[in-house]
Amino acid sequence: MKFKSLIITLFASSIFLATIICIWKIMATLQGLNFTSLNFNLNLLLSLGLTLICIFIGNKFNHLLKILILSLLFTILYTFFTENSPLWFSFGIFLLTLFFTNKLKNYNFKYLIQDFTSEKIVFEFLSLFAIVFFALVILFPFYIMFVTSFKTQTALLINPLDLSIGISKNIFEIFKSYFVIFKTYDFGRYILTSSYVSIGTVLITLLFAIPAAYAVARLNFFGKTFLSTSILIIYMFPAIVLVIPLYTVFSQLGLRNSIGGLLIVYTATTLPVAIYMLQGYFRSIPKEIEEAGLIDGQDWFGIIIKIIIPLSLPAIASVSLYVFMIAWNEFLFSLMFLDNPKTFTLSRAINHLTGDAETPRQYLMAGSVIVTLPILLIFVYFEKYLVSGLTAGSVKG
Amino acid sequence: MSTSLSKIEKRTAYILLLPAVCLVFAIILFPIFANVWISFKEVELKDIRIPEPRAKKIVKNKQDNNSELKIIYKLRNSSLIQDIKEVKFSDKFPKNIKPINLDKRCEFKSQKIKCIFGNWEAGYRENFEIIIKETNNNDINIQKIKANKPDLNGKSDNILLTTDFTLKNFKNVFLNNNFSELLMTTFYFTFFGTLGAIILGIFAAQLVNQKFYGRSFIRSILLFPYVGPVVALAYTWTLLLDPNSGTINSLLINYGIIEKPINLLGQKYLIINMLGIEFKLRLALTTVIFFEIWRYFPLAFLFILARLQGIPKDLYEAADVDGAGPFRKFFYITLPQITAILSILFMIRFIWNFNKFEDIFLLTGGASGTLTLPISVYQQGFAISNIGMGSAVSIVIVLLLITFMIIYFKLIGKKANEI
Repeated sequence: MKFKSLIITLFASSIFLATIICIWKIMATLQGLNFTSLNFNLNLLLSLGLTLICIFIGNKFNHLLKILILSLLFTILYTFFTENSPLWFSFGIFLLTLFFTNKLKNYNFKYLIQDFTSEKIVFEFLSLFAIVFFALVILFPFYIMFVTSFKTQTALLINPLDLSIGISKNIFEIFKSYFVIFKTYDFGRYILTSSYVSIGTVLITLLFAIPAAYAVARLNFFGKTFLSTSILIIYMFPAIVLVIPLYTVFSQLGLRNSIGGLLIVYTATTLPVAIYMLQGYFRSIPKEIEEAGLIDGQDWFGIIIKIIIPLSLPAIASVSLYVFMIAWNEFLFSLMFLDNPKTFTLSRAINHLTGDAETPRQYLMAGSVIVTLPILLIFVYFEKYLVSGLTAGSVKG
Repeated sequence: MSTSLSKIEKRTAYILLLPAVCLVFAIILFPIFANVWISFKEVELKDIRIPEPRAKKIVKNKQDNNSELKIIYKLRNSSLIQDIKEVKFSDKFPKNIKPINLDKRCEFKSQKIKCIFGNWEAGYRENFEIIIKETNNNDINIQKIKANKPDLNGKSDNILLTTDFTLKNFKNVFLNNNFSELLMTTFYFTFFGTLGAIILGIFAAQLVNQKFYGRSFIRSILLFPYVGPVVALAYTWTLLLDPNSGTINSLLINYGIIEKPINLLGQKYLIINMLGIEFKLRLALTTVIFFEIWRYFPLAFLFILARLQGIPKDLYEAADVDGAGPFRKFFYITLPQITAILSILFMIRFIWNFNKFEDIFLLTGGASGTLTLPISVYQQGFAISNIGMGSAVSIVIVLLLITFMIIYFKLIGKKANEI
């Protein structure tokens, strides 16, 4: 039992350390460092040694002092074996090993003797590995998008791996792509259009959805069950089957290339989910409050304005944010309905940029950062509301 | 008393619902039915434009006489393929002005010239001239004459409203050699995209359900791929995977893992030689499926996480007492608890992935073996500009969708309400 746990710990932990060091090395390569081999085997060997020493020393020594000395030792050895590594790279290795040895704090012989430890250890390292994996897989494209927007086309063609931002250059040089897309490609206008469209969609959707949701949630009328089931079914129909008829009708009515036309379509496509989400919340409001309002002589309109809306602000917030996100990110309808650059939304404008093969990629990425950043900031700031909206609306997407 | 109250209630309900229902009907339900209509017609993109009679007004001075003006109307039919019937023309003039040589087709009444031009065939053109005269022999203000725009209207057949139907579109869709391949590609994309997203979602949910340092950070970034705009993310991926100077290919070459760059989005097949047997991997399709998984696993994650947090804690405590390790807990407690939600999630996500358009369109545009049904709608309707064919493909999508929904409601519709 003892040996099994020990061996599993050794391998699980050293594979983990070797892997994160490799990832660090790859990230360093993207800063322009010239590494040509990952040396995974060497990493593994060094990590094995480190883990072994760590476990053998156990608690016999001051923990902080132990991990500092061991990490320093490991870093020096590693730097010795690696070709031309600068100081910041070694410092990164040092921090990683420090973190790692700190994780090994509990793993002494006493712990390894216990039952079922080997499974627990594997699970723990798998979790750690999963954290690194998810963070890397998700953030890497965003990182590339962000960093590329600060580079120049020639620099990227000479060495596509060098994504470092020269801090020594002046600010105008670094933010050049952003200046260019605002000046030459008129992105200021597109930001405004996108904001108008998104905020307009939110307002109109709320205006239509709140009364409808109230009726579905509270009032009795003929065809109520039919209506509430059909809301979800309608919601399942995708935009692509609506596109051709809407395109023909809109061209004949002259609604193409107009913000108004876009607003109508966005509102209609987000209405079902907005009604669905709001009516669920309205049902949870106690009926007695409304009855009190009725006795006070309020009509339905007054009840909605004075009682329902103030009480369901959280739900309204999450619906608004969700609808805003859909409208801001929407692409298919803006592609179909807008072909005059004066009416472009941000998404459509970026798509238009790629239509010209000559457009340097850093402009494309600068545009992408501009369209992505606001929505990510809103998401991070209002995460609680948006997540509840997403969960309710996650049938779609 | 009570009947009148319930009447008021009914009436209020209908008033409150009316705007929303009308809008949804006009923009969502009407197009679905309109698709049926259009799919039985031979319509091309250029036929949609309604032909209009147009006139360009040119005002010319007469050299010797300022009280007379010559006006030329350049008349034309805007369409080169369709006729216009019963074209009517009218133009207004200021006071004291009269036309001299009025055409037979026209008459002058209360300072207005009204003409009936009859039928204009496709591509019709005519220069229509009149000379006007100021009755008191004063000078004519040219600007005033120019300011009035002539009014024209006419009747034309709207090709969408005629009643000649054809089955040609459906014949083309079904008898096309590629139809089975189209269906298979759509199915692969949908099935593996859904499956992958759910598996990754289970892992992510299991991870976030534990306690660790930086958990809320991981939970927020897990949703980034879904929250970010498709356009930006798809182009970032194209850049990452670019064969010439994309980051992934450069890294792989740099570390000597591959010798030549791989065009991950532009190569239809990758031949893998494994144990002497050759496999053909649909490379571009696989890449697109990976993008799909990457972008939509957050939704599966959210759904599963919500369920995981609802599993009673004592189940795990009992397992701890019995000495079960984390893997056993996962397979014997967690997994059985979430199977119901997984099946619902699979059905719903399957339906949605089946309809995905933007992702593939932006990554490959349907080239190199990634043509799915939704992309085909766009290609037929707008790239080949055959609206009728596009609608016919839309109808195929709607029919399949309805089949999926019936299966969904038959299998788990009732269960969905319980969870």
